[in-house]
Amino acid sequence: MSAREEILARIRRAVDGAPEVEIRRAYRTTSEVADLVRLFAERVDDYRAIVHVIPAAEVPARIAGLVGDRRMIIPDGLPREWAAGVPAGLHDADGVVTGCAVAIAETGTIVLDSGPGQGSRAQTLVPDYHLCVVRAGQIVPGVPEAVARLDPARPLTWISGPSATSDIELNRVEGVHGPRTLEVIISS
Amino acid sequence: MSATFLGMPGNFPQNSALAVQDSQLRYNLRKATHTIRGKRATVVGELSDWAELRAAGKAIKDETLRHLDRYLIQLEEAVTRAGGTVHWARDAAEANRIVAGLVQATGETEVVKVKSMATQEIGLNEALAEQGITAYETDLAELIVQLGDDFPSHILVPAIHRNRAEIRDIFLDRMGDAPPDLTDEPAALAEAARLHLRERFLRSKVAISGANFMVAETGTLVVLESEGNGRMCLTLPETLISVVGIEKLLPSWRDLEVFLQLLPRSSTGERMNPYTSTWTGSVEGQDFHLVLLDNGRTDVLADEVGRQALRCIRCSACLNVCPVYERAGGHAYGSVYPGPIGAILTPQLRGMSSALDASLPYASSLCGACFEVCPVAIDIPEVLVDLRAKAPHGPAERAGMRVAGWIFNDHVRLAKAQRLAGRLRKLVPRRLPGPASAWTDTRDLPEIPAESFRDWWERDERA
Repeated sequence: MSAREEILARIRRAVDGAPEVEIRRAYRTTSEVADLVRLFAERVDDYRAIVHVIPAAEVPARIAGLVGDRRMIIPDGLPREWAAGVPAGLHDADGVVTGCAVAIAETGTIVLDSGPGQGSRAQTLVPDYHLCVVRAGQIVPGVPEAVARLDPARPLTWISGPSATSDIELNRVEGVHGPRTLEVIISS
Repeated sequence: MSATFLGMPGNFPQNSALAVQDSQLRYNLRKATHTIRGKRATVVGELSDWAELRAAGKAIKDETLRHLDRYLIQLEEAVTRAGGTVHWARDAAEANRIVAGLVQATGETEVVKVKSMATQEIGLNEALAEQGITAYETDLAELIVQLGDDFPSHILVPAIHRNRAEIRDIFLDRMGDAPPDLTDEPAALAEAARLHLRERFLRSKVAISGANFMVAETGTLVVLESEGNGRMCLTLPETLISVVGIEKLLPSWRDLEVFLQLLPRSSTGERMNPYTSTWTGSVEGQDFHLVLLDNGRTDVLADEVGRQALRCIRCSACLNVCPVYERAGGHAYGSVYPGPIGAILTPQLRGMSSALDASLPYASSLCGACFEVCPVAIDIPEVLVDLRAKAPHGPAERAGMRVAGWIFNDHVRLAKAQRLAGRLRKLVPRRLPGPASAWTDTRDLPEIPAESFRDWWERDERA
């Protein structure tokens, strides 16, 4: 018998006669949040990321100001007015500027799905600086709303603050292997 | 679970007696467990629906286990459809053989690894080494453990038993490219690890991971992490091999809305961990292999009481609140799964034929703090008591229990025995002789009253 057949047979023997289970989803699947932008900004800030809340019209100038003459990865599909700095490749870039797929207010999380303007997974990982633009309309209150909006067929990266570790005496240290600086512009 | 992992060689009472004499260890553990306990309590308290999330988490895992055969087949189909290859491994040896074969097929002799309990359980690094393949751990704590020729002592923070000065010494001794003026500041230590591993990430062609969850409906795998070493391993190499226990499954994509709330808050005490990666099959041209691991899990599944241990999502909240773990540390449990969850998982996966494994169900005061914090409501004390009944017992204990059972079974017999004990009470020593001394070594023998309650009642009523 193959390993597959044997494991499946063992499982069937093991659960034979076990009771059926009913899953009750009594938890919140939607939340009312009065000010999504403010909650999201606060929660991102809690992770020691840098947050800017500005009107949409000011975003291009703010990006240009923040990026300066850094060498930047410009992902495919990024709105042209968001492109700034000196264009660079994966291994010589100082940073990357991206949009996102969804953002979660309650947890201060940004989700990338490799869609237009979000780059490949490596492009938001290898450089030391990640500048992410979140449109106010992309912010949902909680995790359930985000899961419902996302497509599992796409590779997803959920980002909550800069790379960190608590492996040494449980002290949180920002910046191990991922970008050490995460800067978020919320365009309202 | 066929691979034996040795943290410390003795049984649990011997190991813990040694461990509590190490004051540095006790200080490190106390500081760490109390810090993380407080963080967890704060972020769990933020969610008004925690109890409902926990109930749903328990039910979703129970449903998965009830129809595990069906969900595994569904997962296999979805992963295959998305361009991945699924392998099945009955035990550690088979899993190690499959992984070694896959690595050899790439022609590589080095692999990078994301922290994974399953691969530690099967002793994968050692098995690969026998085939001439070097596995590099990339999680900071795993790196500390690997460089120090040490054993992990915690599920989430494997180097929790080490303080910053010890870590600096390990880096200076064993990490070739550590700067000679390295300080013991956590930020400096993390920076040294960043530089040490960066080249390796960019160079490696093969990565090995585990997974926190697999979604049957979509074939999606999920890894939660903090440092970004996970993203490096999952994203950059040309070949990705994930070794995952068969119980890590969730039926539907939607179920992640529950577990992506339960796990980060229970484990690191954060609203969300810094990075979560999900992928389905072969992504961005990567060659993806999934190795589904049984290694004793189906034996656990067959036990009506014990099977709830398979709900475990490896958050380690139970370790952080356990008064026994806080004092004894992880190595005393002699398994990759320490603490309360280890005390019920290890004896079920490995059986109780060794003295160590048979002692693990007793590594608890049954206080129940572990059950209270468990995000999937595993009743650890219930399983511990059940395992104690199943553990091997000495002939003296068995004979004693038989006699006690015979006496307690009949009220006339009980009354006679009580009267006899009352008359002989002066002759009973404070410490019992022979095999019974094991009981009185750590307990005071209760004083035997001159008269039983029932005799007193009868006499008093008549008067």
